[in-house]
Amino acid sequence: MSQDFRLDKIGMVNRNKKISFTFNGKKYFGYEGDTIASALIANGVHLVGRSFKYHRPRGFFGVGVDEPYAILQLERNNERDPNIRATEQEIFEGLEVKSVNCWPSVNFDIGAINNFLKMFFPAGFYYKTFMWPPSFWYKIYEPFIRMAAGFGEASIKHDKERYEHKYEYCDLLITGSGPSGLASAYAAAKNGARVILAEDKPRYGGSLLTSDVNIGNQTGIEWSEKIITELKSMSNVIVKNRSQVFGYYDHNMLVMSERISDHLPKTQKYLPKQRLWYIRAKEVLISSGSIERPLVFGNNDTPGVMLSSAAKEYMKVYGVLVGKKPLIFTNNDSGYETAIEFKKNGVNPLILDTRKEPSSDIISEAKNLGIEIKFSYVVVAAKGYKKVKSADIAKISDNKKDLSNIENIECDCICVSGFWTPSIHLASQSGNKSEFNEKIDAFIPKKSKQKENTIGSANGKFTLEETINEAFEKGYEVSNKITENNNKVSIPTVVEKKSTEHDKFWCVPLPKGKSYKRFLDFQNDVAVTDIELALREGFRSIEHVKRYTTLGMATDQGKTSNLNGLQLVSDIENKVVPQVGHTTFRPPYTPVSIGAIVGREVGKHSKPTRKSPMHEWHEKNNAIFVDAGVWLRPRYYKQGNETLFEASKREAKNVRKNVGVCDVTTLGKIDVKGPDAAEFLNRVYTNAWLKLPVGKARYGVMLREDGIVMDDGTTTRISENHYHMTTTTAQAANVLSHLEYYLQLVWPELNVNVVSTTEQWAGAAIAGPNSRALLMKLFPNTDVSNEGLPFMGYKEADLFGFPAKIYRISFSGELAYEVNVESDYGNFMWEKIIEVGKEFQIQPYGTEALSTLRIEMGHVAASELDGRTIPHDASLEGLVSKKKDFIGKRSLSRSAFIKPDREKIVGVVPLDKTTSIPEGSYIVKDPKAKLPNPKLGHVSASCWSVEYDNPFSLAIIKDGKNMIGQKLFAMSPLKNKTIPVEIVSSHYVDPEGKRVRA
Amino acid sequence: MLYIFCPHCGLRSQNEFAYGGDATVKRPELNKEISDKDWDNFVYLRKSPRGKHLELWHHISGCRQWIKVERDTSTHEIFKTYKADELTE
Ligand SMILES: [Zn+2]
Repeated sequence: MSQDFRLDKIGMVNRNKKISFTFNGKKYFGYEGDTIASALIANGVHLVGRSFKYHRPRGFFGVGVDEPYAILQLERNNERDPNIRATEQEIFEGLEVKSVNCWPSVNFDIGAINNFLKMFFPAGFYYKTFMWPPSFWYKIYEPFIRMAAGFGEASIKHDKERYEHKYEYCDLLITGSGPSGLASAYAAAKNGARVILAEDKPRYGGSLLTSDVNIGNQTGIEWSEKIITELKSMSNVIVKNRSQVFGYYDHNMLVMSERISDHLPKTQKYLPKQRLWYIRAKEVLISSGSIERPLVFGNNDTPGVMLSSAAKEYMKVYGVLVGKKPLIFTNNDSGYETAIEFKKNGVNPLILDTRKEPSSDIISEAKNLGIEIKFSYVVVAAKGYKKVKSADIAKISDNKKDLSNIENIECDCICVSGFWTPSIHLASQSGNKSEFNEKIDAFIPKKSKQKENTIGSANGKFTLEETINEAFEKGYEVSNKITENNNKVSIPTVVEKKSTEHDKFWCVPLPKGKSYKRFLDFQNDVAVTDIELALREGFRSIEHVKRYTTLGMATDQGKTSNLNGLQLVSDIENKVVPQVGHTTFRPPYTPVSIGAIVGREVGKHSKPTRKSPMHEWHEKNNAIFVDAGVWLRPRYYKQGNETLFEASKREAKNVRKNVGVCDVTTLGKIDVKGPDAAEFLNRVYTNAWLKLPVGKARYGVMLREDGIVMDDGTTTRISENHYHMTTTTAQAANVLSHLEYYLQLVWPELNVNVVSTTEQWAGAAIAGPNSRALLMKLFPNTDVSNEGLPFMGYKEADLFGFPAKIYRISFSGELAYEVNVESDYGNFMWEKIIEVGKEFQIQPYGTEALSTLRIEMGHVAASELDGRTIPHDASLEGLVSKKKDFIGKRSLSRSAFIKPDREKIVGVVPLDKTTSIPEGSYIVKDPKAKLPNPKLGHVSASCWSVEYDNPFSLAIIKDGKNMIGQKLFAMSPLKNKTIPVEIVSSHYVDPEGKRVRA
Repeated sequence: MLYIFCPHCGLRSQNEFAYGGDATVKRPELNKEISDKDWDNFVYLRKSPRGKHLELWHHISGCRQWIKVERDTSTHEIFKTYKADELTE
């Protein structure tokens, strides 16, 4: 298709580079620098979507972030990118886009039947229509809403693109590179401030790109190019285009999304697709400009009706005509600029001005150019379904209530201007309460809440001279506050056309007997009648009206609809707009991709991965790993075709029979040092610590203040004032914070220091009847006999020339030792143990075998210490001192904790000795009891006992002690299993603990 | 994201800190009789004021010191921060 609407001599697109793309499967051409919108309009395409609720045809209304409905879906290599604004997305070779919210096609849309059923879609239609019966929700309402709603379909595939996060600090962040942004950035940068200037469009300059003005004897465009070039060359300035500052958060943190590769056919090798900037700014100047306000009239949502400023920008920036028979409908001078631009490009517009007898430079200019103008005239209704074909226009009475001389005139577009609305979203997000400015009929920011100032047209300054003067002043003032420099640049003189007052008129009355839909919110399909209905139904608060009618919601955030909605509410209520107030603007100002928010924290990168120094050895020896918090631990070492079950059984058996070695580096380790260390441990742990001799270890349990077990582990007295504490892998960080809390805040008088040494030590647990024999070969110069190194003893030793620490402690219940060396020697230690251990039939064992060993011994772990158990429940009450006080002790005497039938840990064995009991099963007396079956407790951990070769589980059940010997049932509704079981002691193997002391 | 002044390190982003709750709670002394009610108050009951609140923050990704922060819970304004042993106003 040829570009029938492309102008030859105007615009900033690169005519030397033709680009092809497809829209709804059809191929079109545009130029480099075109957006999807400008390229489609150049090709005469205006129908791009269907509206949200009534599925009415939708075209282009704006030219940038102001666009409420040209929202498309980008498709590339089977990947989908929804929620793309056609007015922002630049075209690239091979781009494929399609319409959303229509089926089967944009031209023939079944949902459009909603338009004829509109009595079913009044305000609050979600609340009214989909109410009853409840059973309809699942099968009828929800699928219908899902199909009818939404702006596209998200991709369910893994996004291969890269997104980055960046943290930046600056003196001054300026949001928008229009005249006020450029001038303030220049003044501040010249005064030594570190400035970030962000522009959401590809081109800098904002309104200067399209206005006919002079600054310092240069055209607006020339001036903006000069300023930008100079700013880019300054080392204290960061200038970013395609970058939207979309959120203003606490303590002057702003977030910006930079679209780095969205306009390129392929992401470049070293660049991400998008970058999310977290910017902490000392000061912020909000120069986000203003958005033209629509005028409200019949069928004002017809494709071809658009903002007059958008029509002008399509001509001046893209060299594209939005129509060849334009109708300009305005209540102020801005419409004239668009009309003049049409005229200059050889197209004859007709201006309808709602004002009676306005006069200004620009009106005179339009008259002199021979442009036809009708004063006191309005558009009553647009005609045409998929595109404007004509308009009913009429003369309006002085009181703006009566229409006369209604006639139909031919036109192919209607460019509307209802004056300007400052974009106060960022100021509002900052917490700034806005005030209504009668002069411009709009809200402007009031008192700065954070370190922010709003300047330029975002602050209601609509002449260039005011804007430039204010911006230079503010840029200097703010930078002076930070840098204390006094370098003031001179303010250039500004030449612009003077304009006259706008007309407060905004909504065309309906002619008698007509019921045209007059839209306020184009994105959410909210018409005048919807607001009227909501008010009739009693909604008063503007926040309620917003939610009931969906006015100003979703990605649009009321950019074009907000003020007209408020006007209507205040008109009906006989109030003025400031009495009605406005709704809260929320971030993001424009949609942000989930990818940008997530950044690099995807998959494995979503959290750090911690590996022990022996990790490579495990890998080489067929370890299958499991996540233990952020650590990777060997779960089992696979031999041949072994399953997890077979391998872990083999490994555990070998520990019980010969000797095994397990990587225990991940255990938390904390050094506790200082003259009061013993006293501190005595308060932290439930048992007594004052008399532990040097060279001895002790098992300890620590509670939270509420009496619940927080963690357990052994702590060893290394020297007089030095203890080595171990924690479980999962609780290591919490325990350190807990200790620091008590030392810094509760008992600062204790002279103790704690520091994490988890990563300083590599650990290997050597367990099994052969472990001592192995140790004797590893440490030939150290006495490791039962007398020389008894149970819970500690020794420093020499491991082939490297210093090592030996702790005689056991989690497996076997004769066992834990050997620690400095992390760098971890792998050396491990290889030596394997090498020397060969003759003792050593095998490495993983966490699965470790679990089996501890479960059949009745040793508790995280599945029993689950944040609900007190020492009694885990049969740890023997470790609770009656004499001394400690953290959480007082809670243990609360009534619920001393109930005689309180839960207690027991062992569970299936009667058939073959059926494994699923973890999480309930223990019940009668499996056929009426539901909910009163449960006695739950199974916390299950294993296959290698000692007895049958399944064995631990459970925490009511009155556990007295249940031993009883025949009960384990029920798992999840697995649909009911297993007859016998309750036994939790110490299934070696209940006297002979082995560890052997 | 809040910007918190650590009295040991300077201004740091909130993501370096962990929240620690009400800083005015005083742990009952060890080895002293205390009623069930008073103990319950200490363990479970916290005020949740709208407005000024003295609270604990732990600079876990920094100096690992617990600090006290006087913050407005509705506006997030931070008035003053204190070291753990500093007397608050
Ligand atoms: Zn700090």
